[in-house]
Amino acid sequence: MIGGLFIYNHKGEVLISRVYRDDIGRNAVDAFRVNVIHARQQVRSPVTNFARTSFFHVKRSNIWLAAVTKQNVNAAMVFEFLYKMCDVMTAYFSKISEENIKNNFVLIYELLDEILDFGYPQNSETGALKTFITQQGIKSQHHTKEEQSQITSQVTGQIGWRREGIKYRRNELFLDVLESVNLLMSPQGQVLSAHVSGRVVMKSYLSGMPECKFGMNDKIVIDKQGKGGTTDDSGKSGKQSIAIDDCTFHQCVRLSKFDSERSISFIPPDGEYELMRYRTTKDIILPFRVIPLVREVGRTKLEVKVVIKSNFKPSLLAQKIEVRIPTPLNTSGVQVICMKGKAKYKASENAIVWKIKRMAGMKESQISAEIELLPTNDKKKWARPPISMNFEVPFAPSGLKVRYLKVFEPKLNYSDHDVIKWVRYIGRSGIYETRC
Amino acid sequence: NMTSKYFKNQWNSEIFELKAELNNEKKEKRKEAVKKVIAAMTVGKDVSSLFPDVVNCMQTDNLELKKLVYLYLMNYAKSQPDMAIMAVNSFVKDCEDPNPLIRALAVRTMGCIRVDKITEYLCEPLRKCLKDEDPYVRKTAAVCVAKLHDINAQMVEDQGFLDSLRDLIADSNPMVVANAVAALSEISESHPNSNLLDLNPQNINKLLTALNECTEWGQIFILDCLSNYNPKDEREAQSICERVTPRLSHANSAVVLSAVKVLMKFLELLPKDTDYYNTLLKKLSPPLVTLLSGEPEVQYVALRNINLIVQKRPEILKQEIKVFFVKYNDPIYVKLEKLDIMIRLASHANIAQVLAELKEYATEVDVDFVRKAVRAIGRCAIKVEQSAERCVSTLLDLIQTKVNYVVQEAIVVIRDIFRKYPNKYESIIATLCENLDSLDEPDARAAMIWIVGEYAERIDNADELLESFLEGFHDESTQVQLTLLTAIVKLFLKKPSETQELVQQVLSLATQDSDNPDLRDRGYIYWRLLSTDPVTAKEVVLSEKPLISEETDLIEPTLLDELICHIGSLASVYHKPPNAFVEGSHGIHRKHLPIQHGSIDTGESPVSAGPAASIDQPQVIPSQGDLLGDLLNLDLGPPVNVPQGSSMQIGAVDLLGGGLDSLVRRMYREHSFLWFVKVWLPAVKAKGLEISGTFSRRQGHMYMDMSFINKALQHMTDFAIQFNKNSFGVIPTTPLAMHTPLMPSQSIDISLPLNTIGPVMKMDPLNNLQVAVKNNIDVFYFSTLIPLSVFFVEDGKMERQVFLATWKDIPNENELQYQIKECHLNADTVSGKLQNNNIYTIAKRNVEGQDMLYQSLKLTNGIWILAELRIQPGNPNYTVNARSKEIDRLQNAFDIVQNIFKDILHP
Repeated sequence: MIGGLFIYNHKGEVLISRVYRDDIGRNAVDAFRVNVIHARQQVRSPVTNFARTSFFHVKRSNIWLAAVTKQNVNAAMVFEFLYKMCDVMTAYFSKISEENIKNNFVLIYELLDEILDFGYPQNSETGALKTFITQQGIKSQHHTKEEQSQITSQVTGQIGWRREGIKYRRNELFLDVLESVNLLMSPQGQVLSAHVSGRVVMKSYLSGMPECKFGMNDKIVIDKQGKGGTTDDSGKSGKQSIAIDDCTFHQCVRLSKFDSERSISFIPPDGEYELMRYRTTKDIILPFRVIPLVREVGRTKLEVKVVIKSNFKPSLLAQKIEVRIPTPLNTSGVQVICMKGKAKYKASENAIVWKIKRMAGMKESQISAEIELLPTNDKKKWARPPISMNFEVPFAPSGLKVRYLKVFEPKLNYSDHDVIKWVRYIGRSGIYETRC
Repeated sequence: NMTSKYFKNQWNSEIFELKAELNNEKKEKRKEAVKKVIAAMTVGKDVSSLFPDVVNCMQTDNLELKKLVYLYLMNYAKSQPDMAIMAVNSFVKDCEDPNPLIRALAVRTMGCIRVDKITEYLCEPLRKCLKDEDPYVRKTAAVCVAKLHDINAQMVEDQGFLDSLRDLIADSNPMVVANAVAALSEISESHPNSNLLDLNPQNINKLLTALNECTEWGQIFILDCLSNYNPKDEREAQSICERVTPRLSHANSAVVLSAVKVLMKFLELLPKDTDYYNTLLKKLSPPLVTLLSGEPEVQYVALRNINLIVQKRPEILKQEIKVFFVKYNDPIYVKLEKLDIMIRLASHANIAQVLAELKEYATEVDVDFVRKAVRAIGRCAIKVEQSAERCVSTLLDLIQTKVNYVVQEAIVVIRDIFRKYPNKYESIIATLCENLDSLDEPDARAAMIWIVGEYAERIDNADELLESFLEGFHDESTQVQLTLLTAIVKLFLKKPSETQELVQQVLSLATQDSDNPDLRDRGYIYWRLLSTDPVTAKEVVLSEKPLISEETDLIEPTLLDELICHIGSLASVYHKPPNAFVEGSHGIHRKHLPIQHGSIDTGESPVSAGPAASIDQPQVIPSQGDLLGDLLNLDLGPPVNVPQGSSMQIGAVDLLGGGLDSLVRRMYREHSFLWFVKVWLPAVKAKGLEISGTFSRRQGHMYMDMSFINKALQHMTDFAIQFNKNSFGVIPTTPLAMHTPLMPSQSIDISLPLNTIGPVMKMDPLNNLQVAVKNNIDVFYFSTLIPLSVFFVEDGKMERQVFLATWKDIPNENELQYQIKECHLNADTVSGKLQNNNIYTIAKRNVEGQDMLYQSLKLTNGIWILAELRIQPGNPNYTVNARSKEIDRLQNAFDIVQNIFKDILHP
């Protein structure tokens, strides 16, 4: 199991050091600094081993988090734990920075004592932790016996992510379907790979212990219903359904129920959390198509023309569009002409950055540029990195639709109809690249 | 030194101030002071002198302050054991506190204080806390048992805490169950033989129920524990798989990987090609792909594991090659791993896409990545024949870029392509030769030289090219020197008239002017060969080479199986078994994939009956026929027993390519099977002393046959040998008889008589022997496995009646059944072969057309092993049932015996 956990600043000074196992000495703190943070050659793996000690590290801005062990630990678990540790810290004092860590070091030690015991991760849900680890410090006599046992049963309980007795005057929930669409296209316009990775993020402000059921246009569910013969337009609904390659759920979702019935039922945590993640690869709506044309004119000039076409309903608007056209390292000057938006050559980034605020569906726009090059002796050819794009569109490129989110709270007197529900779809570019 | 003194004084005054603040009347002041102490402790300052003052602050109802004091205690108690006792009362009191959070805190902290006197006081509170009404206290107490076990294992056993822990597996609270499982799993790792976890179907059911209800971390503990269980039949395996499969949709990647581990292991037990089996295989692929959309560190762990899974079961991900395409922004460690998997998944169906990708990668910036991409193109050519032509032309394009490291890498892989497809792509040799001057890496130079030598007849100026390398011959690496030597000899055999001078030059460089024994020996061999029998020389040097295999870099199958049992863990990331990087007792216990029932019936602990991965397989070397005899008759070493027989598998040239030392290592002929002489102590590890050898049994006595070779520049004297205690009490009968000094590059052969009257200590594996050899330079250690057959004594033939009675006497659970596959000998031959190895046939019967052989053997320590061999006519697979009274003492010896049978019957 995890033998110790250290946090360093960018200089390698240790900010937090907590040792859980006897086989980890103080020298492990230095070993990591010397061999990873101060390493002459950049360390090329997140897991390293020196002197029979293994170090796992993640970096958040310029802060290093390292877990140390001498055993054959579950490596995936150690990383998941480090991520969770970051989440917990963020939940307590927002940004993970040197200053925040120094100001909250007592709190961090208290958290580390609670969420890792002898190196075994324990309940690390912030909802539960915040009930008894606070920045003010709890005086033990302030808790009544009921309160105490409520805390412990929540920390160890089956529904560790939610406490009892939550009350809202207005029961409300927000669902965000957030997708990032990824594309790698050949210069000829052939899709080399494309997938959508999506997340359903929920903000719930619901009283009591509500039982929820989430439904979407999952092809497997729709087809099953279609077979039942309840509707005669199964052909139509089949068209609107999507094939999900794989999905994962927040720990509140009953996985065995999903496995057997493919229904998504759960008691949600209070506030914001990620209900599910999914991935699709079939029938993706690619919101933009990039058509590049690069011509080398002699040894000192390049002509670049890029056309972008929007490919969605004309009534919808894409926003924050940015096209990034890489330029060679020996570029001496660039002239750009674009029909729409603004384009600039950024020498420090070796790219022409073309920005368009808004663009409706089924439109196209183009940019052309002349790039002057300095003659070089460098034999190595320019690698021609792909043209990348950023954008945001108000629909889900996977075609995912929320069909329902039903809420039942048998003990309190509000029904599904009383809950105010909001659904929003946002599609963003992930790595959206076209080779040129 | 004024400055350091100043700082020291400053620090002293700081300590003084802290001391005052810690004793301040106001609570708030005290708390602030403890915080300052902890801050100083974090950055490594020594605040141990404040111990009594900090402990004084322990008596408080402020939980935050209490936690800080405890944190301090955990750090310094070990260095101040006497003062730590001051804290005991406070702990014991806290363990009785009405607030469960405080009770748990006390028991949690106490377990972290590694001071014997405190540990004694811990037992009673811990016992109470294990039965506490509050689950939070119980889950903390469960972990505390593991802590205590780490400090004092004996005490934990004596106090009965292991039983309490086992009881917690049936606890109503899932988190208590999970922590109990975690604690028991860790404790049982240091007791590999005890059935601590007591995994039976009832307990498994409890675990599976808790799996649905506990935290993500608890799910990981339970899944990792489940993966060590061996279901009794396929139905049980399937029902566990069904309940584990839903975990594949968990957001936590460690839960997913641990579930994958359970499923990969249990798949071994399921009947193939059933609907369920195929569905399960299909279900494994999407979650593995999803892991690649996680954070980069988890992607890395996932990719290292996928690399194993793809080797074990390629069918799972064969359709998914696209997800392994490298993204421009992937961290380098993700890129390199993806590339590896891409090559493994490359096939005729997807090769066009893969090649297009690889070509892109070869133009990137990162040198390691580009090199690997170029190498990958070569591997594609070798793996998918249809793509070879495209690969070669891609490589030529890359060579045209003139980027130095790209060119060198390309030439290395082109050499392999030539070896795979001889006489196909030699037209490009001219292009390759153009780049001769730019090659500065040994690999690339050697590859180029090999190509020139191999195709000397097609290269007009081959002699000039090779000659150009000769100028700096002594500055080249050994690899280049050896290749150059062979290449020029090849050239000479092909074009003798023009190159006589050249070959003489290289032979003299290699034999007279070089200190390298490999080079010199190879030079001599060529020289003699060329001067005595040029026809044979041609046959040897220019013989047909075996084609190189399609798959490279494959993990050796037994290791692969072991690593599959460690999916998700560090072992799977390092691709090494745990004992390669874990110290002490943890992880020494090796894991095996479960084996489908029918071939082995072992009841509760099939783990020990898995394929004997740790056993040093005796290597049976096919003899080299006349050729080898001729070569060895050159007076290069002492007389050699040349084994009889035919079946030549290794091409002669290949042997030469591997360096002459592989030839000079002699083979001993033992009864009917050969033990290959091994290098036990390589010269690099023993300051120039190399020891190789083997064990044998002759006329009822055991011998250790060794060759001592001095590869250093000074002479060696004062040799002595000693053995560590071992399972069979093996010790040398006489001291090492080396009376003359061992001169540089001299070798001496010694046959050391052994007996088994020494002290006994059980080793793992059973036949492990640790040896210390001393000379005037230093003491060196090595360990080796004694072939078990050496211990089979000559009077191992049991009386018929005794055999029958003993056989019946031995309980069924002491029986092991296994099969010897593909053996085409008749009963009499089998009997004869076994007898040569002191395994005696007691009786032979024919029952319903089957031949039944009853065998007995006796080990030097008096243990008998009885076996029944069933040979069915027309069935090449023999069934063996082996029994022994003392199965406990034997442990994995059965595995060894099983291998002995196999090896004796498979010459």
